Amino acid sequence: MIEGQPFFRFDWLVDNLDQLARRLGEHLLVTFIAVTVGFLISFALALLIRRYPPIYGPILAVSGILYAIPSIALFVLFIPITGLSLLTAEIALVSYTLVILVRNIVTGLRAVPSDVIEAARGMGYTDTQRLWRVELPIALPIIVAGVRIATVTTIGLVTIATLIGMGGLGYLIVNIGVTRRFPTATITGVVVVVLLSTIVDLLLLAVQRRLTPWAKAREA
Amino acid sequence: MEFFGEVWAWYTDPANWTGNNSIPLRLWEHVSLSVASLLAGLAIALPVGLYIGHTGRGARMVVAVSNIGRAVPSLGWLGIAYPISTGLFQRGGIGFLPAFIGLIALAIPPVVTNTYSGLQEVDADLREAGRGMGMREMELLARVEVPVALPVILAGIRVSAVAVVATAPLAALVGGGTLGSYILQGLALSDEVRVFAAAVLVALLAIFTELAFAWLQRRAVSPGLSRPDDEPLADPSQVARPGEFASS
Repeated sequence: MIEGQPFFRFDWLVDNLDQLARRLGEHLLVTFIAVTVGFLISFALALLIRRYPPIYGPILAVSGILYAIPSIALFVLFIPITGLSLLTAEIALVSYTLVILVRNIVTGLRAVPSDVIEAARGMGYTDTQRLWRVELPIALPIIVAGVRIATVTTIGLVTIATLIGMGGLGYLIVNIGVTRRFPTATITGVVVVVLLSTIVDLLLLAVQRRLTPWAKAREA
Repeated sequence: MEFFGEVWAWYTDPANWTGNNSIPLRLWEHVSLSVASLLAGLAIALPVGLYIGHTGRGARMVVAVSNIGRAVPSLGWLGIAYPISTGLFQRGGIGFLPAFIGLIALAIPPVVTNTYSGLQEVDADLREAGRGMGMREMELLARVEVPVALPVILAGIRVSAVAVVATAPLAALVGGGTLGSYILQGLALSDEVRVFAAAVLVALLAIFTELAFAWLQRRAVSPGLSRPDDEPLADPSQVARPGEFASS
């Protein structure tokens, strides 16, 4: 902190709202790509696991190891191959979402009661129809719960992406806040990250309630 | 393959084994900072968690604060700790201290929430039985509640330990050394070999910590109490719960 400066300078914040908006936009974009790609891959893996259950253990083990690698390490491990690029950041972020999403999608599908599946069979549903019309709707709350955790986790992890030049809110925390010894920027960055996590989490919860009104009715 | 040769050469270069930027020194900085932060974090988090778990007082507030704490990215803790340590201690702006403060803050939430929820899950009948046997509150805590809640408490400590070891590299940003120094040096110098070699060391250290605490968890819990669902990454039947995933 530079001597004699207040801890938080609102004038800086007001003067830099455009920069804040830009960093927020970068942050959201990187997060959105990671969760979307992570979800598509996890969904495909979960369908594979639904068909061939024995591969669940190995898939879980591999994604678990990926999850145990610290983000700072995973963010830079692929630099020799993919350089300082968005792809490098996304490889790390997507890897982290896999362990959460695969587990929740598979668990959600497996939690479908067997008599429900029997009933669907009895009504003449094909395997694909049963998946889309019976199993996935019932699994939806658990799947969305996974998406919420994956999204909030990713929002936190994206702050590190600034170290490999990908901007985002981490830019305010590190490149301005720490490097230039300017706490106002750090605090702004952290507060916005926390608010963003909370708001996105609540939005996803609202989406889930809209999609599965019966789940709420049962709770009450 | 040539690249891996260079990485190997970096590991074996005698210049990286002596002096003030050597692998042993950076590893020592990393481990000592992590251990100190974890212990200090436990010294704060365990009493708080035990108190609110046992009495139920202030639970909502503490858990709410903990949950907000979890939403703060690891980088954020170090960023916030930096000006605080400069403000509090005139000469403490650079080095060990800001990293230490930031990592303590990072270590606290998982331990508080797990200790609290571990104690909350203790069967009320067991508490009653303990009281019926004439146990005083402290005895009840030490001989009934903590042993029963131990797997959950240790799971929280493991999450904290791994998060601290995984985040310690960021201490390099505030001059705290650690293996992260190599990563920042490498990024600044476009030295991919150094970045990669250091990242592998950081990853190995974190995985080692995870395995060591998993082992400790199994050792410390009596067989009658061991609950497989406290192995977050190994057990397929468990749904991801927010607490398990501290962003590291």
